[in-house]
Amino acid sequence: MNAVLQYAVQGLAAGSFYALAALGLAIIFGVLGVVNFAHGAFYMLGAVTAAVLLDTLGLTLWWSLLAVPVLMFVFGVVVERLFVQWLLRLDPLYNFLLTFGLTLVLVELVKQKYGVSGLPYKPPGILQGRAELAGVVLPRYQLFVFLFSVAICVLVWLLMTRTRVGMIVRASTEKPELTRALGVNVGRWVTPVFGFGVALAGLAGVLAAPFRAITADMGNNFAIILFAVVVIGGLGSIVGAVVAGFLVGLVEAFGQAYAPTFAQILIFVLMALIILVRPAGLFGREEATR
Amino acid sequence: MLEVTGLRAWYGEAQALHGVNLSVGEGEVVTLVGRNGAGKTTLVRCLIGLHRQVGGTVSFLGRDITGMPAHRRARAGMGWVQDDRGIYAGLTVEENLLLPPKVSDRAWTLDRVYEAFPVLADRRKAPGTTLSGGEQQMLAIARVLRTGARLLLMDEPSEGLAPVVVARIGAIIREIKETGVSVLLIEQNVKFAATVADRHYLLSQGRIVEALDNSEFRRREVQLLEHLGI
Repeated sequence: MNAVLQYAVQGLAAGSFYALAALGLAIIFGVLGVVNFAHGAFYMLGAVTAAVLLDTLGLTLWWSLLAVPVLMFVFGVVVERLFVQWLLRLDPLYNFLLTFGLTLVLVELVKQKYGVSGLPYKPPGILQGRAELAGVVLPRYQLFVFLFSVAICVLVWLLMTRTRVGMIVRASTEKPELTRALGVNVGRWVTPVFGFGVALAGLAGVLAAPFRAITADMGNNFAIILFAVVVIGGLGSIVGAVVAGFLVGLVEAFGQAYAPTFAQILIFVLMALIILVRPAGLFGREEATR
Repeated sequence: MLEVTGLRAWYGEAQALHGVNLSVGEGEVVTLVGRNGAGKTTLVRCLIGLHRQVGGTVSFLGRDITGMPAHRRARAGMGWVQDDRGIYAGLTVEENLLLPPKVSDRAWTLDRVYEAFPVLADRRKAPGTTLSGGEQQMLAIARVLRTGARLLLMDEPSEGLAPVVVARIGAIIREIKETGVSVLLIEQNVKFAATVADRHYLLSQGRIVEALDNSEFRRREVQLLEHLGI
């Protein structure tokens, strides 16, 4: 029982990274129609930035949780203004290629600067070690990651459901042309939405920093799983991204515990099964399959 | 109010509209009748600014809006009631109403919308697409009325609805006309068109082939039905 709970918390912590990043990916796809292939690289940049901030300025995790998303938002805005915006009118494939190329460039730049061995990262003392909850001993950091991510997901959900911006994001995700024809200036939201999505990927990276090896390549495998998450949840579905993120984290953790050789394959088996039963994903609308 | 002169439109190499001229006056209800593939939907998409491969001019309220993006046309007072009604599944009924920005001081308040369409008030918190087809059509119309649009472009509002609902839609269109709002109605239902409109254009193969007033339109109903192949 104890072991099962431990794997569950480990899975939910890993799922937190997927959930946050997939949330960003879903929002970007919804409003821009761009499948942001560079999302894994943005996640990696978030982790690397946190490590560099700790190393050079002595900024702890608490500060990085605040500063890195802001920096990544600015970075996302610059990327959107410099590159992405010019390709929005063309076939979505162009932005897919652009962000793929951007991934290669970012990964190589980080390799040049910080090498291929992992950067060290220690969380603040209070998050180290284990905590005993009702007789079960669990790693404090994993609990923190899970709770923090759930809080962020709830905040984003409130933003999506209770504000006018959220309404516009939902509307233009569902019917982009009609939303414009109803007088909503969707173009005005494109840049901040891209920045916001990149910031979420960066935030996932910060949370992953003490938990994963911080290397230039850490985003590559992450990106592949992330696309499985998005397919499972339903492309463009915000709730789907979060639920599928945690689900995939759990499958991964239990897979690693009980069938280590099949851990990664399990995720894609799950993806294939869900596509068979619900082609639009768990929370995708049926129109998406047309 | 709306002046369309020599409007041409293409899909790649294929020309869909060959110099369409039409006009809609203030407080006028005008229908555009034509069979499937005549270019009706293309024409609406040109007017609303979603089809960009065009020639000719479109002027609205005295301004040339030919190159204007869709959201600015809506803000200038054009309200689109899409043929599939365009109700958002991910938005509640009330959010569907509140999404488009107000564009003039003729804008209806939510209270007025709910008074005119009580069914929408009852279902305000429900997802938009849980409404019946007729209710969704009311919502689509109410949505543009709430913005204070000056011209409604209605694409086949009677399609797929029960006769009693079609009659209700007709009554709403006549009420809209009373308030001085203009309507360009795209229809295949000739009988319905004759009950609401002042004038009619017949569109065939991307050209306006006839412009008729309502009495003439009624007199030639049989011939028009034949033309439409109904």
